[in-house]
Amino acid sequence: MIQLKEIWKSMGGQEVLRGVNLRLGPAERVVVIGRSGCGKSVMLRVIMGLLQPEAGEVFFEGKKLTGLSEEEWNPYRRKIGMLFQGSALFDSLTVFDNLAFPLREQGEKSDAVLRDKVAEALKIVSLSGTEEKMPAELSGGMKKRAALARAIISRPDIMLYDEPTTGLDPIVADSINRLILHLGKMLGMASIVVTHDMVSARMVGERISYLHEGKIYFEGTPEQVDRCEDPLVRDFVRGHAEGIGITG
Amino acid sequence: MGWAVYLAGKFGAVFTESCRTAGSVFILLGDTLRSMVQYRIRWDQLWEQMYFIGIRSQVVVLTTGAFTGAVFAAQVWFQFKRFGMESAIGPTVSIAMCRELGPVLCCLLLAGRVGAAMAAELSSMKITEQVDALRALGVYPTEYLIVPRFLALVISAPILTGLALVTGIGCGYFVAVKIFGVDGAYYWDNTIKFTDSKDVVIALIKSFIFAVIIAAIACHKGMNCPPGTAGVGKTTTEAVVNASLALLIVNFFLTVLLNALLYSN
Repeated sequence: MIQLKEIWKSMGGQEVLRGVNLRLGPAERVVVIGRSGCGKSVMLRVIMGLLQPEAGEVFFEGKKLTGLSEEEWNPYRRKIGMLFQGSALFDSLTVFDNLAFPLREQGEKSDAVLRDKVAEALKIVSLSGTEEKMPAELSGGMKKRAALARAIISRPDIMLYDEPTTGLDPIVADSINRLILHLGKMLGMASIVVTHDMVSARMVGERISYLHEGKIYFEGTPEQVDRCEDPLVRDFVRGHAEGIGITG
Repeated sequence: MGWAVYLAGKFGAVFTESCRTAGSVFILLGDTLRSMVQYRIRWDQLWEQMYFIGIRSQVVVLTTGAFTGAVFAAQVWFQFKRFGMESAIGPTVSIAMCRELGPVLCCLLLAGRVGAAMAAELSSMKITEQVDALRALGVYPTEYLIVPRFLALVISAPILTGLALVTGIGCGYFVAVKIFGVDGAYYWDNTIKFTDSKDVVIALIKSFIFAVIIAAIACHKGMNCPPGTAGVGKTTTEAVVNASLALLIVNFFLTVLLNALLYSN
C-alpha cells in the first residue's frame, strides 16, 4: 500500500533520514522503533506529505506522491489518518466539532448523520458522552483517544501513529495499544506505529523496524527483534545505556 | 579595517535576512489572494473574525479617536488663539485626523491588539501541531486560517478608521466650541469648506493598506513560529513591532504618493 524508497531528509542542516526504505502491505501493522531524535516522526511526516524529502520517493497504491503540490496531496491524505504525538485537537472546537470536522470537509452537512458518526467513533474509543467538552477539559489519554476517533472517523485505509503511548500511564497506554489492534482488525486498516515504547511495539507490531542513523537498521517480527544479538538492537530493546557509553 | 569588514558583514547579513523575510511575506500574501479566489469563503470563520476584529476593537479605537481629536483641538487652540485664527481649528483638526492621525493611530492600535492576537493564535496552533493536523485532514491552512483573518482585517480597518475620524472630529468640535468657546458656526462652516472628500479617501486607502501589512506580517510570523512556548512570545512581539514599524515607514511613502496622485492639479 505504501512504499518508501531511499528517502533522504534534512532538518536544520542535519541529515535525519539517509535513505530510508519501508514497505507496508494491506492491513499490516508495522512498528518503527528507534531512539529519540532518530527521525521516526520525520518519516511519518514525509509519508503524510507534511514534509517533502530532498531525495527518494513515496508511493501510495502504486502512485508516486513525492513532488505533488499541497492541493494534489489532499485526496491521498484523506485516505491516510494520522494520530499526532500531542493529539493536535483543535482547541477552539468542542470534541463533537473536532470529530465532525473531517466529515464536514468532505461535504457531509446532515446534522443527524454527523451526530451518528461522531457518536459511533466516540464509542469505539470509549469516550461516549464527551461530545460537548472542550479539549482543555480532557486528560492526556482522553485527548489521544479523541484524536484517534477524529483520525478514524472517515475510515482511512492507513493509520499513522506518532508516539501513541508517550506520556501516558501504563493502563491508559495499554488501552491505546488495544485500540490500535482493535482498529486494525475491525476496520482492516494498515498502520505504521512510531514509538520507543517496547511494550507497545511488541503488542501491536506484526513487523518491527529499527531506525538508526537515518536508515532502517534491522527489520523482523517481534520475536526476531527480541532474539537479535546485534548490540545496537539488543541495547535498545532491553533499555541498556552501556552501548552508548553511560554506566551506573 | 577589521571592524569595518565585520560591520559590513553584519549589515549584509541583516539586509539579506530582511529581504528573505520580506520575500516570504509577499509569497504568503500572494498565496492568500490566490486562496481567496480558488477556494470558497468560509463565512462562519469570517464572521467570527469580523466580530473579534471589527466589533471587539471598537471601544479602543473610538476612545483613541475621541481623545486624539480632543487633544489635537486643544493644542491647536493654544497656538492659533495667539494669532486670532480660532476659526481655522476645525479644518486643521479634520484634515489632520483624516490624513494622518485617524488611519495611523487606529491601525497602530489594530497592530497591537489584532496583530498580536493573530500571531499568538497561529503560532500556538503551529507548535501544538494543529496546523499539521489541518493539512493531514486535507485542508489548506492558508485557506482555512489566513484568508478569514486577512479579509476580516482589511474590511474592518477602514470602517474602524471611519469611526475614529467621526469621533475625533466630533470631540475636537466639543473641545474647541464647548470648552474653549470657539464660534460653532464658523468652526463647522470652515471644517466642511476646507475638508475635501479626498482627505477621507486618503484615510480609507491608508487604513486598507495598513490592514494588509498587519495581516500579512502577523500571519507570516504566526505560521513560521519556532518550536517551543518561548517562540510564541517572541513571534507575537516581533509581529507587533515589525507591523508597527512597517506601517510607519509605508505611511511616509503613501503620504507622498497619495498627495501626488490626488492633489497633482
